[in-house]
Amino acid sequence: MPIIAFPSAGNDENAVLDLRFGRAKNFVLYNENTKTFSVVENTQNMQASQGAGIQSAQNILDNNASVLISGNCGPKAFRVLNAAQVQIFFAEAKPIIELLQDYQQGLLKKAESANTEGHWV
Amino acid sequence: MKSNTPKELVVVSGKGGTGKTSITASLASFFPKKVLVDGDVDAADLHLLFNLKNTKTEDYYGGSIAEIIQDKCTQCGICESLCRFDAIIFEENRYVVQEMSCEGCKVCVDHCPEKAFLWKPDLNGIWMESETLHGSLIHARLTPGSENSGKLVTHVKEIGKKRAIEQNTPLVIVDGPPGIGCPAIAALTGASGLLMVTEPTPSGLHDLIRILDLAAHFKLKSCVLLNKADINPKYEALIQAEIKKFDASFIGTLPYSKIFTEAQLKGQSIVEAYPDSKESIYLKEIAKRVTSFLGL
Amino acid sequence: MKIAIASGKGGTGKTTFALALFLANSDRSVFLDCDVEEPNAHLFLKGIEKQKDVVQLLIPKVNADLCNQCGLCVKSCQFNALAMAGKAGVLVFNELCHSCGACTLICPTGAIQDVETPVGEISIYDLKGGAEFLSGRLKVGHSAAPAVIQAVKKHPSTTPYTHHIIDSPPGTSCSFVTSVSGADFVILVTEPTPFGLHDLKLAVEGVENLKLPYAVVVNRVREKDHLIKKYCAEKNIKILLELEEDRRVAEMYSKGGTLLEVLPDLKEKLNLLLSDLEDQVGANP
Repeated sequence: MPIIAFPSAGNDENAVLDLRFGRAKNFVLYNENTKTFSVVENTQNMQASQGAGIQSAQNILDNNASVLISGNCGPKAFRVLNAAQVQIFFAEAKPIIELLQDYQQGLLKKAESANTEGHWV
Repeated sequence: MKSNTPKELVVVSGKGGTGKTSITASLASFFPKKVLVDGDVDAADLHLLFNLKNTKTEDYYGGSIAEIIQDKCTQCGICESLCRFDAIIFEENRYVVQEMSCEGCKVCVDHCPEKAFLWKPDLNGIWMESETLHGSLIHARLTPGSENSGKLVTHVKEIGKKRAIEQNTPLVIVDGPPGIGCPAIAALTGASGLLMVTEPTPSGLHDLIRILDLAAHFKLKSCVLLNKADINPKYEALIQAEIKKFDASFIGTLPYSKIFTEAQLKGQSIVEAYPDSKESIYLKEIAKRVTSFLGL
Repeated sequence: MKIAIASGKGGTGKTTFALALFLANSDRSVFLDCDVEEPNAHLFLKGIEKQKDVVQLLIPKVNADLCNQCGLCVKSCQFNALAMAGKAGVLVFNELCHSCGACTLICPTGAIQDVETPVGEISIYDLKGGAEFLSGRLKVGHSAAPAVIQAVKKHPSTTPYTHHIIDSPPGTSCSFVTSVSGADFVILVTEPTPFGLHDLKLAVEGVENLKLPYAVVVNRVREKDHLIKKYCAEKNIKILLELEEDRRVAEMYSKGGTLLEVLPDLKEKLNLLLSDLEDQVGANP
């Protein structure tokens, strides 16, 4: 399903991207077919100890995302998403609606591997 | 729109007792806006160097542990046989969970045929937020012997980062724990850069290499400060050679100094207690180098 | 007799003292370096490594052919060590695994098998005069320190010896608990500074919670009436030994030497200390 996930502290397309993936409060989801936005919480991580990135990856997979647009993605989350064939693009902290346009215009950089900050928890 | 994600400097050492906490407290004086976090949760000392005001305290529940509901227990012993941590024993004619050994894996809870278990929040300690001369200090006290030290480290760091964002502060400074286990791993996570404090001894060097290895594991950049350097001058070159292998930078040295303890006895950082000392001058220079290391 | 040497605060001289206690009694003791995150004893006890054992933990491996992707294993894991990665199936994260067996137990198709996986190692060294010591070392990046500590303490090489001198890690969390648990006596090494006192109190709380007999050794003493003395007097805690601050000791330490090389008279004191503990423990088994 053509669903794009954006980590964010906010809950709609005007919210700014949260550069952290594992500890993001919510995921704003965009459905490319219906062209609508929705939001899912990511608060299971508030109780989580280690593996917040893994849990966040599981969360967006459970919501059928096929694309992730994020500021960061640690090696464990990357391993999960890569195995599930989710495409990952790196972006800056901008309003999600603008990032969607950047993505659709092919302006975002695709991730070949986890970026430099390894995240353990 | 620019992100105001604050930078996080984590001070670690590998070996305990190299001067990490004293140095963290001193460096704090040279950064105008920061939030301080004491990440050494099972031996937290940073707060002893500051005058604390308006301390707010909250209980910390790191996870859950199991407890047997004796009325429902038929003493089948399945839980004892499944527990890999020897946490369930038969004592005084009943099965009990030894709380200190309970790993929180939930196997007993999930496999008890009588559902004779409670899965209850595990109180691991307390965390606190205090006001100091230098701004907010987030610290904690793990109950001795408790599990989940890593989680509590993560928790205080998260609060620290949250405060920094709220206060529009560009920097969080974390006084890290010794070692390379759970608490150290939790402390390193998400750091913008690491300051490693070492000493000129075989233990200091050995342990520095292990923490550098851990940092490399997580692709974090490190700089190294050699404290008490004059105890054995030949180590400076040794350490510089070793850290090159990890792409870490050498940020300077400090001499062995009695004022580390003297300031501690006064309940102040070195810079507060002895602002005109040569040690304070060195620390100011080190703060400058750390600033450029972090790209602040 | 199992004697654990611990401290609360790091850098107080725990290992330095533990080594001296061992060397003064090496004819009937074995030294166990249980500071598996940062083992240092081997830097001072220049022994010859004669054996190395791998410490393994049972970590699950998923057989993709048998896996029906029901996801029960992922849900059962309290430590987020498993993830369901779509068509790729279940992924295991070894470093997060606590080896509890939850996933292996819950899998309905038998697709999960526990496999012995290395998390650390134990080295056994020979010393001059026939003495031995063991050193545990955790693999960098892993968090299973308690498992490696348990393996050192239970190692068959320790059985012939009357006394086990257990060098414990600093702090008061689960590594410390695993190290001191089951000891006949715990010696807490501290220094007369505010940090030393603060962390000693935490360590005391830790050993009292574990109901273990304990006493204190104070290192780097400068004045007669120091912080630690006052605290121990108030709480009725015995101070077994006070070591004066001595730059020669610091310099010897920085060269990889031991306490007894600088303070040879200490040997007799440490022998007596051990005999006293034997009497004490023998009287209250």
